[in-house]
Amino acid sequence: MHPALSVIFFTTLMGAGQGLFLALYTAQLYAAVRILPWQASPTFYALGSLLALLLVLGGMAASFFHLGRPERSWRSAAMWRTSWLSREVVMLPVTAGLMVVYGGIHALGLDTTLFTIGGFIAVDLTILVGLVAAVAILGLFLSTAMIYASLRFLQEWHGPLTVLNFVLLGCASGFTLATAFASTLASGMAVFYTNWAVVLTAAALVTRGASLLVNGRRRPKSTLESAIGVRHPQIRQITQGAMGGSFNTREFFHHQSAMRVAATRWAFLVLVFPLPIALLITTEVSDNPGPAIAAFCLQFLGLLAERWSFFADARHPQNLYYQAIA
Amino acid sequence: MSQLALIIDLNVCVGCHACVTSCKEWNTSGWAGPLVDENPYDRDPTGTFFNRVQTYEVGEFPYTETVHFPKSCLHCEDPPCVPVCPTGASYKRPEDGIVLVDYDKCIGCLYCSWACPYGCREYDVQERVMTKCTLCVDRIYDVNLRASERKPACVLACPTSARLFGDVHDPTSEVSIMIREQGGYPLMPEWSTRPANHYLPRRRTQIRLHEDELIRADNPLKKEGVLPPPPPDQATLDEITTW
Repeated sequence: MHPALSVIFFTTLMGAGQGLFLALYTAQLYAAVRILPWQASPTFYALGSLLALLLVLGGMAASFFHLGRPERSWRSAAMWRTSWLSREVVMLPVTAGLMVVYGGIHALGLDTTLFTIGGFIAVDLTILVGLVAAVAILGLFLSTAMIYASLRFLQEWHGPLTVLNFVLLGCASGFTLATAFASTLASGMAVFYTNWAVVLTAAALVTRGASLLVNGRRRPKSTLESAIGVRHPQIRQITQGAMGGSFNTREFFHHQSAMRVAATRWAFLVLVFPLPIALLITTEVSDNPGPAIAAFCLQFLGLLAERWSFFADARHPQNLYYQAIA
Repeated sequence: MSQLALIIDLNVCVGCHACVTSCKEWNTSGWAGPLVDENPYDRDPTGTFFNRVQTYEVGEFPYTETVHFPKSCLHCEDPPCVPVCPTGASYKRPEDGIVLVDYDKCIGCLYCSWACPYGCREYDVQERVMTKCTLCVDRIYDVNLRASERKPACVLACPTSARLFGDVHDPTSEVSIMIREQGGYPLMPEWSTRPANHYLPRRRTQIRLHEDELIRADNPLKKEGVLPPPPPDQATLDEITTW
């Protein structure tokens, strides 16, 4: 497939924003059940939610560049019964809205304890709002990933690994950002986030590595035999029926050399996983936010390459019909 | 429920591209506006075509065969491009099974083109919407045309009648009989999209002769020609029997 910059930025920015929100909520939840010794200040959650919201809105803005007719995008929520893209369009404003509510309650100091469980765990209003937001975020992750995973003949995408990768890579990116954010504000949460960021990044390495391995030895179901229905092992296209390019030659192939595709794959394998993990571990011993910020920036850069690779690796069966110009 | 479709006979197609030009001509002058071409007379020409004729070489020299392969939307009975559309612009008509795009609803997200394994959708770069073969829906129901002309432009243009048009759900229609009796097959059956368009395979017409058909059993000496008349004193068949 042709990797479109708009979709690459859309999915990576959204992933980081969603992951960051989940990071904020995880910390609040941990503090509520007293696993973390203290609760961070409302300002921390409010600013964090704002950052997450900006990332999600940035991703949304990027997605408009992928549309031919963005002015009609309001129509795209209509087919939520059948289309994962439509479901994503529904989930996106819901998630953004819940982020606003969650951050707003923290910012305006409207948070109150609704009830306590066992006289010891205080359930705040934001805990409940955050729970709904977290569910919405997981729904949004699922919708985004299923857009790709539901296309059954794009075999490289079709499978549960695609969903796992989107969730884990988004969370890894979000928790790394949370580490950078927490160490910048010196809120004392940095160590907590560092551990989670390392764990999530390592988990993402396992699932993304698995998808690379599985796709590397995948044999395409469609062949030229089934494409034109002639039973012969040796079929060669002489002409595709057009001397110039067409939509079919532009949209479904990356037009890069095999070396560049391989280089991008290695680049993201280094940038997304070992480098940020190493940088994150150094933040555990120093209070300097520099390494954590660098870790997020490098990882985000790597994720852009990862998404490019994700598209370039998908081999669309329609390319069987477009092998030779003349 | 009918399902209109094209039957393309690969045994008859000579690869003349008449269906391509006829399709382009009809659809570029239709109610939906022109099919966009960019740099048509310049370097890197590109354009929107609903139908293309491709050519394949099967086998290795000297045992090769050239297959001309017209390719257009297959109007699948289970079209994967339709459920993925977020706006409902892409739809399948229940009354005749034609898969169409509502150009006024399409947002140009390209998702349907990703979801078509055959690459049969064409993005209009100037209108910025997805377009596709309409099976000449603006022609086949036009009562102002003579009944014999209410067919897709490609079918009318084909000089060898390699393209047939009809209802594949009607078991007595010409196209159904062709599919049944001439070995019609769908493309990429592995994705269970159930394409309505079918292709008829290349097939050689030949008579199979058996050994005993070459040697006349009633002529063991293999002597051909007019047999000599019987001698005059021998009784003829007429004298033996009264019939």
